[in-house]
Amino acid sequence: PRPTPRQPAAGLGRSVRREDLWVRGGRVVDPEKLFFDERRVADEQRDCGGRILAPGFIDVQINGGFGVDFSKATEDVGSGVALVARRLLSHGVTSFCPTLITSPPEIYHKVLPQIPVKSGGPHGAGVLAGVHLEGPFISREKRGAHPEAHLRSFEANAFHDVLATYGPLDNVRIVTLAPELGRSHEVIQALTARGICVSVGHSVADLQAAEQAVRSGASFITHLFNAMLPFHHRDPGIVGLLTSDQLPPGRCIFYGMIADGIHTNAAALRIAHRAHPQGLVLVTDAVPALGLGNGRHTLGQQEVEVDGLMAHVAGTKTLCGSIAPMDVCVRYFLQATGCSVETALEAASLHPAQLLGLDKHKGSLEFGADADFVVLDEALCVQATYISGELVWQAEDARP
Amino acid sequence: MRLVILDNYDLASEWAAKYICNRIIQFKPGQDRYFTLGLPTGSTPLGCYKKLIEYHKNGDLSFKYVKTFNMDEYVGLPRNHPESYHSYMWNNFFKHIDIDPNNAHILDGNAADLQAECDAFEKKIKDAGGIDLFVGGIGPDGHIAFNEPGSSLVSRTRLKTLAMDTILANAKYFDGDLSKVPTMALTVGVGTVMDAREVMILITGAHKAFALYKAIEEGVSHMWTVSAFQQHPRTIFVCDEDATLELRVKTVKYFKGLMHVHNKLVDPLFSMKEGI
Repeated sequence: PRPTPRQPAAGLGRSVRREDLWVRGGRVVDPEKLFFDERRVADEQRDCGGRILAPGFIDVQINGGFGVDFSKATEDVGSGVALVARRLLSHGVTSFCPTLITSPPEIYHKVLPQIPVKSGGPHGAGVLAGVHLEGPFISREKRGAHPEAHLRSFEANAFHDVLATYGPLDNVRIVTLAPELGRSHEVIQALTARGICVSVGHSVADLQAAEQAVRSGASFITHLFNAMLPFHHRDPGIVGLLTSDQLPPGRCIFYGMIADGIHTNAAALRIAHRAHPQGLVLVTDAVPALGLGNGRHTLGQQEVEVDGLMAHVAGTKTLCGSIAPMDVCVRYFLQATGCSVETALEAASLHPAQLLGLDKHKGSLEFGADADFVVLDEALCVQATYISGELVWQAEDARP
Repeated sequence: MRLVILDNYDLASEWAAKYICNRIIQFKPGQDRYFTLGLPTGSTPLGCYKKLIEYHKNGDLSFKYVKTFNMDEYVGLPRNHPESYHSYMWNNFFKHIDIDPNNAHILDGNAADLQAECDAFEKKIKDAGGIDLFVGGIGPDGHIAFNEPGSSLVSRTRLKTLAMDTILANAKYFDGDLSKVPTMALTVGVGTVMDAREVMILITGAHKAFALYKAIEEGVSHMWTVSAFQQHPRTIFVCDEDATLELRVKTVKYFKGLMHVHNKLVDPLFSMKEGI
């Protein structure tokens, strides 16, 4: 293992600082220790031209992309995931949670075993901690683009229904469900006990039900504002979790936001951000049409129509996911809220890492963290992506 | 002595940096011929370090063949504590230049045998052929390094207990909490610095004015240990206007009148670019 600093750089810790980033053995190391303890200098230096080095982006909700649909049971799910993983590198994403929308049990049984947890590298972004299962235990009324025929409840056998539906949960990291469904508390507790992050979403829960879900272990809100009751001043619903005083002390509720300029009005984005900035997690909720072009494509068991940055369920006005890449979301979030560069970057890296309890090694560039980072220009456009200190993607005009 | 008086802190820092730069370059350091530099810490030399870094980044000055010896370090402070002198030197100087880590010597305030550490430091200086230029500062109580009032003027590197004046002056670096300030330090002796072939003392600010007066206009006294350098053959005091406030008008006028001579030492400013 050899130290390789990049200079000049910035972006260490919680604020943008003018420092060099030192990497050894795939991790960020402390150069002062190297100097005094080991009396080492760098083996290799790369000049990043004064650009920002930020932790790699982490996308915890992405349904597919580049023509690949994670909810589709093809014979070789693995290569579809690998394709997306590789293409995501150009968006600055170094880790992601492939997401499956509401599907019949056969799909889960066939697909889940083919998406194992995997570290990132030159082959692509890592499947960080597992898959995100969005549904089928969600509200009929708030199903959005999810197919009605495959919605389910766990009233009968609670957690056993969950296991029967999904099959083994080894590769699962996040489950989105509607807490107003009967026996949700047992299910939430059982999932949380297995280290699975429970998210409330696609739900008509009122604030009280949502708070109860958090007390049972839920820690995330799936795409805030979308597929839930609108904020009401006498019952803020799930949105009220952002400022609830009924949550377990010390617990931070995280919430996903699709900052593509379409799924959430900029003013609503600002309200959420100002109410609870530490919990904001940028997600793409990208559909298979991400990275393709205008036209008709497949999402789960349905057809979608793509036009520019918009994707609708074919023939309706129902939005079915965004096709804005993560770096576009970061830039939009920065511009819409007027927040600092650090805040915008943390919403796409540190916060999702904290949500998944991985912030010791991911989502930051503190000493000891994995050296997953992106090189950004002043406009926060991705110039290069590194995983474990290795260059895995570079913009065309940045190549020698 | 030479007393070089500049109008303000920035100009004094720049003059000192230029002088150091020229001395290193004119020495023509190389593989078998290292330039040995003694270095201080504190707020006074920060401007000088910044200028030296600037010269390095411009490609005019390399520290590849320079060996450095710092004056002092606190005892008992973890090496990576933000107020340790190791941290100071790393953040303010070493990380910005191309010095070989093996050539950057700082006393280890956490050594198991502190006196042995001091003796070893003296030996390292000797093995390096002695110090070509020792840069230092002055405390409000007239001390050089941590040679507090009462220190022998022929002292060597050793463990010292800090005087109250020094502890008070350092409190600002420890959140103003006196209980957090280290009370002991390892320091080069007055004799150690006197052995250097040349000594440059940086003094800026009105709060140092009285100490400067005592150091150069009164006699040699172990109560104002910087006064020992009146007996060194090559000493330069670089200061700003404010530091001269307690001096006689006659002294200041005399040395200001010599500035055209002093400036020949820094103008022209040499660069390693020309040679290589």
